[in-house]
Amino acid sequence: MYDISSLYQATSVADAIRALQADPKAILIAGGTDVLIKIREGRLPGCSLVSIHELGEELRGIALAPNGDVEIGPLSTFRDVTFSPIIRQHIPVLGEATDMAGGPQLRAVGTIGGNVCNGVTSADSASTLMALDAVLVVRGPAGERRVPISQWYKGVHQVNLAHDELLVKLLIPRENYDGFTGHYIKYAQRSAMDIATLGVSCLVKLSEDKRLVRQVKLAFGVANPVPMRSPAAEAAVAGLPLEEAIAQIGKAALQDVNPRTSWRASREFRLQLVEELSGRALREAARKGGAAV
Amino acid sequence: MEVGRSIPRVDAADKVTGRAKYTDDLCPRPVLEAKILHSTIANGWVKSMDISAAQALPGVVKVLTCFDVPDIQYPTPGHPWSVEKGHQDVADRKLLSRRVRIYGEDIAAVVAEDEITALHALELIRVEYEEYPVLLEPGQAMAPGAGAIHEEHPDNILAKMDLRTPITDPRYETVEQVLDDPQLYQFRGHYETQQVQHCHIENPVSFAWMEAGRIHVVTSTQIPHIVRRVIGQALGIGWGRIQVIKPYIGGGFGNKQEVLYEPLNAWLTTQVGGRCVRLDVSREETFQNTRSRHPISFDVAAAVDREGNLMARSCTAISNQGGYASHGNAIVANAITGFRQLYPDRVGHHSTACTVYTNRPAPGAMRGYGIPQCNFAAECMMEDIAQKFGFDPIELRLKNIMPLGYVDPFNGITCHSTGLRECILKGAEAMGWDELRAQYRNQTGPVRRGVGMACFSYKTGVYPISLETASARMVLNQDGTVQLQLGATEIGQGGDTVFSQMAAEAIGIPTEDVHIVSFQDTDTAPFDTGAYASRQTYVTGKAIKKVGLEFRQKLLSYAAELFPQAGELTIDGRAIADETGERLISLEDLATTAFYSLEHSVHITAEGTNHCKENTFAFGCCFAQVEVDIPVGKVKVLRLINVHDSGRLINPSLAAAQVHGGMSMGMGYALSEEMKLDPKTGRLLNGNLLDYKMPTSMDHPDLTALFVETDDPSGPFGNKALGEPPAIPVAPAIRNAVLNATGVAVNTLPLSPQKLVEEFTKGGLIGHV
Repeated sequence: MYDISSLYQATSVADAIRALQADPKAILIAGGTDVLIKIREGRLPGCSLVSIHELGEELRGIALAPNGDVEIGPLSTFRDVTFSPIIRQHIPVLGEATDMAGGPQLRAVGTIGGNVCNGVTSADSASTLMALDAVLVVRGPAGERRVPISQWYKGVHQVNLAHDELLVKLLIPRENYDGFTGHYIKYAQRSAMDIATLGVSCLVKLSEDKRLVRQVKLAFGVANPVPMRSPAAEAAVAGLPLEEAIAQIGKAALQDVNPRTSWRASREFRLQLVEELSGRALREAARKGGAAV
Repeated sequence: MEVGRSIPRVDAADKVTGRAKYTDDLCPRPVLEAKILHSTIANGWVKSMDISAAQALPGVVKVLTCFDVPDIQYPTPGHPWSVEKGHQDVADRKLLSRRVRIYGEDIAAVVAEDEITALHALELIRVEYEEYPVLLEPGQAMAPGAGAIHEEHPDNILAKMDLRTPITDPRYETVEQVLDDPQLYQFRGHYETQQVQHCHIENPVSFAWMEAGRIHVVTSTQIPHIVRRVIGQALGIGWGRIQVIKPYIGGGFGNKQEVLYEPLNAWLTTQVGGRCVRLDVSREETFQNTRSRHPISFDVAAAVDREGNLMARSCTAISNQGGYASHGNAIVANAITGFRQLYPDRVGHHSTACTVYTNRPAPGAMRGYGIPQCNFAAECMMEDIAQKFGFDPIELRLKNIMPLGYVDPFNGITCHSTGLRECILKGAEAMGWDELRAQYRNQTGPVRRGVGMACFSYKTGVYPISLETASARMVLNQDGTVQLQLGATEIGQGGDTVFSQMAAEAIGIPTEDVHIVSFQDTDTAPFDTGAYASRQTYVTGKAIKKVGLEFRQKLLSYAAELFPQAGELTIDGRAIADETGERLISLEDLATTAFYSLEHSVHITAEGTNHCKENTFAFGCCFAQVEVDIPVGKVKVLRLINVHDSGRLINPSLAAAQVHGGMSMGMGYALSEEMKLDPKTGRLLNGNLLDYKMPTSMDHPDLTALFVETDDPSGPFGNKALGEPPAIPVAPAIRNAVLNATGVAVNTLPLSPQKLVEEFTKGGLIGHV
């Protein structure tokens, strides 16, 4: 049994915003794969829910804008993202990342918007969206605003979203993916149904001859309390021959990350993973971009 | 032949279609819901409790605390009761406890109209504690001045034992002299195993009510008759006043060979006027408050001659019992016994064991009952001896394994049949052992491969350490089919199917004509102690055979009355046939006649008990091939092959399924599973299936189950233990494969990624500073 005192089924985004305004304690629920767990654990006793589950028409679906930007409706499930022809064609790394969340059942229900709004560093889509410099479009009573993902995460379970605001779109600007190939490594103890010990997402743009690194975008989950980019690593390898970049990127990333020791994994272990997996992610990303490495 | 057929499980269709009824499916609704208040300290006392706010909450029927329960301590393990006081289980638990011995101790219970109200009420209870330091490890608990967790054991030592086999070589007086003999290779080692849990799908759930002055309990258990006894003991009432019903259950693996919350639930219904109370526990509570596998540490020594003969070994095992005795010292006693039996030492053996109370969640029975622990120590040790002194690991084992005719010097258990040598050779061949060992020499690079193996022996049932008894009843139907009633339980392992096959074999009818009564109701089910110790196909099998033959004789006798002129009769193809093979009457006509005959009406039935006074050893081995990703500490199991000698197989496909499940359990034990506790508070940190890393289907290689079928003369159909053994040798086989791949010997379980990174760094394979 779930301790829920009320459930309001919103009929539109505007209606959901009104419902959130009307109840300052209401909790927004979409797929429910995070919220229901919190309710079961007793962390939201007697909660009131505003459900946007039925707003698929407004909030679900993946489209390619005329300018080439990829627009992702936040109610798109992990599965929607993975199997979207647009994602497969233009940003396959994002679909690969969402395919690593939980198991098949969760991926059919959990949404990419929820994954971002839940605000945890281990979220499987987060590091790739960081690497892609996604833009989050949120709507509130005063209208819409655009938040670069670099300004989104404020702390554990804290994101740049007011109580009466809704995430209505995830935008991947064309210049952020065009010409890049990427690879996401979810390092977890199990091959499915697990939480990342470390997530590494690497995008790379190679020279014409596929031997030089033009630009790298390297992002981590669980290397910090919030998902993060590694500017030091990105700067260190830009312009380097590929093998050299692969050899150096991990050490450089260590300058930026600050994982903590918890009972799940020690700081030292996570640092070893950062160093080792950064190079592996870059190698795979480059291989997908046609490099012979 | 009905025995030896790979027929589908008799419960397969019901289970896969969802028709099969489990405990919660049978619970009437609405029902009162019980929830338990767990302590937020690990060691101390409940000084006082304020339940007024909880009691006043609308919807709360009753709040009961550790100050209200009967002043009775009772035992909980699923052992047969002993009529000798000295052999009775340790009675150290109360229904709810003022003395807090683990984090999450059961200290109060709320009965309410619904679950949420009950949970709210728990939050309204105020508790005042007196708190003591947390003692999670035996070293802490045995330290002077640690304080007694149970007042009956001031030093926190539940039990100790010290066993020395007779010395067979006049040049020595003690095992220690052999171990110190400079003429021999000397080996010393230390190995440790971790605390893991069964992770059966169905959490322990029960519902209880009163009717006609008796208490009725439906519960998810492996041992209904024992549950009835313990409820009687815990409540201080006659055992006949209790009825326990066991429906289909979603796995047990030993956790339900324990009386868990049934006594509390039985008591709760008596406190609410006999209304039906449902007590369901969450997965988190199952982790924290039910049983698990004992962590055991082993200090071992061996003396080996130049040819690789084990001359002597010693083993000192310390078992962490957590807050309650449960199966207690029996586990580590089994562990040191198993350690000794697999390789009978030529000169002598010395083992000591000690079971220590701590503030951990209390371990109990779990598939293998101490043997997976000792097998890790024994088989790491054999590998390390081979490596250190330059023996071939398989040759070393073949030279030392238990021979046919071996008799244990303490308990007399005899090796009546063995296919262990053949198992090892078959496994080596299936793995391509020699080629791979050669291929994996001198590897470099971050990703390396290895192969490893381990073997085991395992007794069948608990005789003579404990009582072995089983009963069966067979009842004829009008259509010539038979109802089979047993006290032995189907717990997902396929028991009902093989019982039906054995009954059919004994009577001489097709298995399809045997209808097994799957659910046990202690009011009507014949007496049997239940599913544990890999005992049922052997011990219950003997009862089925005995009663089946008697039942067959009754059919033939009745037929002889109908056909007085016919000579020797037999049962053939659902009919009675004479010596010439001519069918005289169908079993259906015979049965109908017996029921309704105006001359001689009789309901043909047979019932009996077999008091089993035999035991025998099952054997087997595991071969593992792994790929180790050194920089990130990951082990990928590429192939896993188990080879078993469990005597004759009653149902080969079910046997293979049993082996697959055990291999999976062994993989988790080897690589990822571990109950982690906060050293400061004693709180279980990962008591859920996200943070407790049980392998998923994605983590498994193809699992290969092979058999060497011996014909055991003591088994009812040539069969011996199979249920538990598959889980035993997997962890050391994988550990030895990682050793083969990397040269790094990891001596504690599990081989988790972080530990491997630490070990590989120590071993110089990871250069990171």
